[in-house]
Amino acid sequence: MAETIPASPLNLSGPVILSTLDEVRARLDRAAAGAPVDLSAVNRLDTAGAWLLGSTGRPVTGADEAQSLLMRKVQDAMPVVDESAARARWRATDMLAGVGLAVQGFIAATAHSLGFVGLVMARLAATLAKPRRLRLTAMVHHMQAVGLNAVPIVALMGFLVGVVLAFQGAAQLRQFGAEVFVVDLIAVSILRELGILLTAIIVAGRSASAFTAAIGSMKMREEIDAMRVLGLDPIELLVLPRLLALMIMLPILGLVADLSGLFGGGLMAWVELGISPSQFRTQLLADVDATQALVGLSKAPVFAAIIALVGCQQGLMVKGDAESLGMRTSRAVVIAIFLVIVVDALFSVFFAVWGV
Amino acid sequence: MEAETVIEIRGLTNRFGKTVVHDNLSLDVMRGEVLGVVGASGSGKSVLLRSIVGLMTPSAGQITMLGTDVLRASAADRAAASARTGVMFQDGALFSALSVRENVEAPMRERLAVDAETRRALADLRISMVGLPPEAGDLFPADLSGGMRKRAGLARALSLDPEILFLDEPTAGLDPIGASAFDSLVTSMRATLGLTVFLVTHDLDTLQATCDRIAVLAERRVLVSGTMAELRNVDDPWVHSYFHGPRAHAALAAAVG
Repeated sequence: MAETIPASPLNLSGPVILSTLDEVRARLDRAAAGAPVDLSAVNRLDTAGAWLLGSTGRPVTGADEAQSLLMRKVQDAMPVVDESAARARWRATDMLAGVGLAVQGFIAATAHSLGFVGLVMARLAATLAKPRRLRLTAMVHHMQAVGLNAVPIVALMGFLVGVVLAFQGAAQLRQFGAEVFVVDLIAVSILRELGILLTAIIVAGRSASAFTAAIGSMKMREEIDAMRVLGLDPIELLVLPRLLALMIMLPILGLVADLSGLFGGGLMAWVELGISPSQFRTQLLADVDATQALVGLSKAPVFAAIIALVGCQQGLMVKGDAESLGMRTSRAVVIAIFLVIVVDALFSVFFAVWGV
Repeated sequence: MEAETVIEIRGLTNRFGKTVVHDNLSLDVMRGEVLGVVGASGSGKSVLLRSIVGLMTPSAGQITMLGTDVLRASAADRAAASARTGVMFQDGALFSALSVRENVEAPMRERLAVDAETRRALADLRISMVGLPPEAGDLFPADLSGGMRKRAGLARALSLDPEILFLDEPTAGLDPIGASAFDSLVTSMRATLGLTVFLVTHDLDTLQATCDRIAVLAERRVLVSGTMAELRNVDDPWVHSYFHGPRAHAALAAAVG
């Protein structure tokens, strides 16, 4: 450095550390350009301080041994700023590419899901051929978790839906003096549609997320990999017990919802319209047969399979980080509920065509 | 300079149900020293570390760190004391939603009013000081190898230029080259920053290369503490087999040769 006029040195004192960085920087900025910095009175210097002194490029005097060692270390570690790295600019075609990527991702995800369903089917068939391979203990455990433990919430939900239907139905039907048909309204809508559909939605929220979170955290801790190298099949161990447990329990939960819905509806009809329980029973048996309930419950195993497969597949797709676990869990619930509603619509069309 | 006690543990007792992990344990850590803590698995090394940094409340006892009674001080005082310490967890414990650079910036962002540009430059400096390549700053923890995660964890622990650094098994799972690079990193940081290091490890090479003093945890207390050479002359059976086993000989031979 060729200095003609030696500038008077800047005497720093006290701590030159991270928390005093701004003050020191202000002092350095005020000092004459090229003036050396004297550290004789500095009692503490940390890496942040050394970085600041190093980045100003001023000569430093009066540093003790530890301080100059630190400054050398920091100087060596200072990353070389790469100015040439140009920022990628946004182009109009990026949007087009984004649409293409989204479509491609959707197709790939659908293909992956179909592959997963096929794999589970194959394992299920193999297990049915050799029923001893079925993990009975795990299955019973999951039956309790997804079935028995869900009974209170499902029963309460069914009861409230029955109450609401009776209440709303009564208000409309009273205008025509057709109050007694509220029984048909409640029975048909709950037994055919609402009982099982709302049960499936609650179970999707409860159990699809639980499946994803449980399997996903196993994936994160490499338990799934451990199973594979031990020659254990994660599909057989983790997916099949959950799938079968849910397929057994969802129809039962649907029946619970149906019964508590009829109970809630009957109660409301009694209170609101004065339809006595015996009148309700007579009307119910006269107009509604078991087919209505069976149509509703016949959908349950399909809904159960959707919920369990989506939950387990999303769990197996979890990557190493916590973010992806959260994303997969919420995606499992959204996809499961969406598919349940879509399939319910397809069932409606199917039953209408067959005239059931 | 007079040796100043930065961590003072008196009568520490930790109980889990009927299991007593520590019983009336006392330990002092002096400023500027590298203290290695060794002990058999289950002897409560991690519990001791977690008690000091305030992650768990001991059943009884007193812990003073940098003049603050960490068990009885107000939350603000405790936070101020913990801002002067850095902890590196065994597997880095990086925040998986943040990139490495954001991980290193996180403590500065929370505790200090530093402008974004300085924060970024300091984070890059830390990342480079722990021996990570500059491009590692943009990576996410899931993309890193085990050794890189440890280094990134160390960079985050150093983020606030702490006075005391707690290291939990810093070299476990590293290859020998990476492990000895880590050892010299600790030694050079101690020399330049005057760091006090509290090191929980099983690695005899690390103990030999970095530690001024080694504390042996056994029988629910600090059985003995001293330099490696002093501990080699202790005739407790566990200590003897620890410091005279084939691995200890190898570590010593490597250090001498």
